[in-house]
Amino acid sequence: MVGEPLSPARTWETNQILRVDHLSMRFGGLVAVNDVSFVAGRGEVTAVIGPNGAGKTTVFNCITGFYKPTTGRLALFHGGPATDAEVDGVTASGLAWGKSQAGALYLLERLPDHKVASWARVARTFQNIRLFSGMTILENLLVAQHMSLTTSGLMNPVAILNLPSWQRKQKGAVDRALYWLNKIGLVDRADDPAGDLPYGDQRRLEIARAMCTDPVLLCLDEPAAGLNPRESAALNELLLSIRREHQASILLIEHDMSVVMEISDHVVVLEYGSKIADGTPDEVRNDPRVIASYLGVEDEEEAVAVVEAGA
Amino acid sequence: MMASDPAAETTAPPADARPSAVTGALKDAIVSGLLTALLLTPLVGFRASESGTGSLVLTYRFGLVAIFAGIVMVGRFLLMVTVWNPNRPPRRVSTTPGAMARIGALAAPAVKPVFFSFAILYPFLSILMAGGLSPSRYWVDLGIYVLTYVMLGWGLNIVVGLAGLLDLGYVAFYAVGAYTFALLSTSVPINDFFAGTLGDGFWTAWAFWICLPLSGILAAMWGVILGFPVLRLRGDYLAIVTLAFGEIIRLVLINWVSLTNGGAGISSIPPITFFGVPFDSSDTGFASIFGLEFNSMHRMIFLYFVILGLAALTAIVTIRLRKMPVGRAWEALREDEIACRSLGINTTLTKLTAFATGAMFGGFAGAFFAVRIRFVSPESFTFMESAVILAIVVLGGMGSQMGVAGAAILLIGGMELLRNLSFLKADFLFGPDFDPSLYRMLIFGFAMVAVMVWRPRGLVSSRMPTVFLKQRKAVSGSLVKEGHG
Ligand SMILES: Nc1ncnc2c1ncn2[C@@H]1O[C@H](COP(=O)(O)OP(=O)(O)O)[C@@H](O)[C@H]1O
Ligand SMILES: [Mg+2]
Repeated sequence: MVGEPLSPARTWETNQILRVDHLSMRFGGLVAVNDVSFVAGRGEVTAVIGPNGAGKTTVFNCITGFYKPTTGRLALFHGGPATDAEVDGVTASGLAWGKSQAGALYLLERLPDHKVASWARVARTFQNIRLFSGMTILENLLVAQHMSLTTSGLMNPVAILNLPSWQRKQKGAVDRALYWLNKIGLVDRADDPAGDLPYGDQRRLEIARAMCTDPVLLCLDEPAAGLNPRESAALNELLLSIRREHQASILLIEHDMSVVMEISDHVVVLEYGSKIADGTPDEVRNDPRVIASYLGVEDEEEAVAVVEAGA
Repeated sequence: MMASDPAAETTAPPADARPSAVTGALKDAIVSGLLTALLLTPLVGFRASESGTGSLVLTYRFGLVAIFAGIVMVGRFLLMVTVWNPNRPPRRVSTTPGAMARIGALAAPAVKPVFFSFAILYPFLSILMAGGLSPSRYWVDLGIYVLTYVMLGWGLNIVVGLAGLLDLGYVAFYAVGAYTFALLSTSVPINDFFAGTLGDGFWTAWAFWICLPLSGILAAMWGVILGFPVLRLRGDYLAIVTLAFGEIIRLVLINWVSLTNGGAGISSIPPITFFGVPFDSSDTGFASIFGLEFNSMHRMIFLYFVILGLAALTAIVTIRLRKMPVGRAWEALREDEIACRSLGINTTLTKLTAFATGAMFGGFAGAFFAVRIRFVSPESFTFMESAVILAIVVLGGMGSQMGVAGAAILLIGGMELLRNLSFLKADFLFGPDFDPSLYRMLIFGFAMVAVMVWRPRGLVSSRMPTVFLKQRKAVSGSLVKEGHG
């Protein structure tokens, strides 16, 4: 793949939202992520795939600030891509963010987790769902709007006294929650505890909750894991509509090849912490190394046969 | 044809089931009885008591050991053949809510108004029941005492019940509030300053009303100061460090003699006034101004309404905060801290606000405590105090205000009533030498264990959502997390 000319389909190279440069993450002696670089395109679905333990979740945890990477740079662009000079300028300045021609750029490895969400506006879901299970579905979606509701402080007197201006703001938040409830088809269950929902609904609720933070980049960690085919189809539709109607860029970890091939524009393949392939779904699907590693088949010929039979 | 009838095989119980249960129970009971006898022989069987000359004499009480062993044997046997009988058909788990739950659901909307009306009417009811102003002193005083703990429970409930932070040092803020008021109100320079500008009696008359907000603010400030380094810890570690902070504050109060007068405490704290009007028999006192006959109970009843007002303030502010983003963030923090951070919530700041808000109400309660007793000393702020307040929150059901109020009434009121078990001194029971108040704590402990077995999530285990679209439905306690840090 190296040295291959850029195909015209590689839109992510020109309109970047996230640039990961030489990311490494070490846990003691274990190198979970080893010098991984890739970019994610604005308004696109970028899938990160790879066998279990390849380091996908670790990459996500670095991007969202839950882990401090051992080395590497994670640049996120608001508004539009920044030039290399601008990125290097902020890197040299020692600050976590700077203005760029197009908007702003954030170096995510320098931000604590909650600021990655609130400043850089990167939202995420978790491989093992993390809903507020003892709170209702509506409450879950309202907690997600915490940042936009507390712009004038946590103990805002206007809110404590429940003045009309606060009531309007609160109503706006409920409306926004309702919009997402409609989208995931859970309006009727708005007043039920999140912990009571079936698994597929919980997955979609977690995505809706992340979208309520109004993110520029949405990171989904195995959203289709454990879903039945019907739930999986509903999920695909939700993701496509998020991309279509909200111009959100999506970074997606996924095992289910049908989901990956159907909705992603760009696929990055990890194995043992290193990147082994990067391209359009078609390119990756036909990459012999991917076939061998992803399907865990030694014989590449056999692997190709398996993939083609499945496709 | 060869197979036996499967239905008969599965439905007919083994013929020897009942006798074997009884023999098993008998065996079990004998073993338990023997174990009890073995254990109690050294503990109860020998008794060393001082003789008249001062030497120790040994008396044997094997009869008593036999009685205890007999009780255990019979009790164990009866339990084994009834409740614990393995052949007993399993209790049907009904899917429809039981009668109790349905009555509870019907009564739920009435609980709060009834509670508050009763709280407002309580002093007058006591006067009626006791038959006069002066005889009702004990009951009004008990009401004040219980309400103080209701307020403390509600304050700690913000930290433990809503935010899920286990705080074992809550009494520290109670102490800060009490000492803030005690020190400021007895301060000579402040008194002199106001005597020069606003008149002689000004500071004595107004000290409480000026210091009350200050006590709350100072306690909240200490909450932030203590919370900041501590709140990065989680779970058990947080609990231990808050416990230590509670003790440190107490030790500082004991040892900083020049400021706090050490273990001797601060006395002659000015009494509460009716917003500047003193409760005394003078011409400018409360009684003559309102045309009443002077009675020291007037102050007591006013104190009752002050603590009722403070407790109501705590409840109302908490209810309001729960419906605000900060309150939702507290509960979300208790549910899942990592998810909170992924949504951009600054968890340290959010925990700090919970800590400070709880501390503030602890400070208010402390100032009230000081003006009621008119004497503060470090002895009032021991770990036992924190433990009792925490027990109230846990017993009440973490997060539920009515539960906490019920638990405070049960625990504090109940403990107080246990003091009055004088009927146990009757000749046919334990005799006049028996001191029932010694057994107070034992009974208290048993009651706690019993309630926690019966209702492991507290008296009120369900959670009320803060917002609803169509219908407010209680969230079952089994889904609600308790928090880890
Ligand atoms: N916090 C951690 N401490 C130590 N090792 C970790 C930690 N997180 C992940 N790892 C290790 O890093 C490797 C990659 O894990 P992960 O990123 O979860 O893989 P994936 O999501 O691709 O299945 C695994 O070997 C895992 O054991
Ligand atoms: Mg993973």
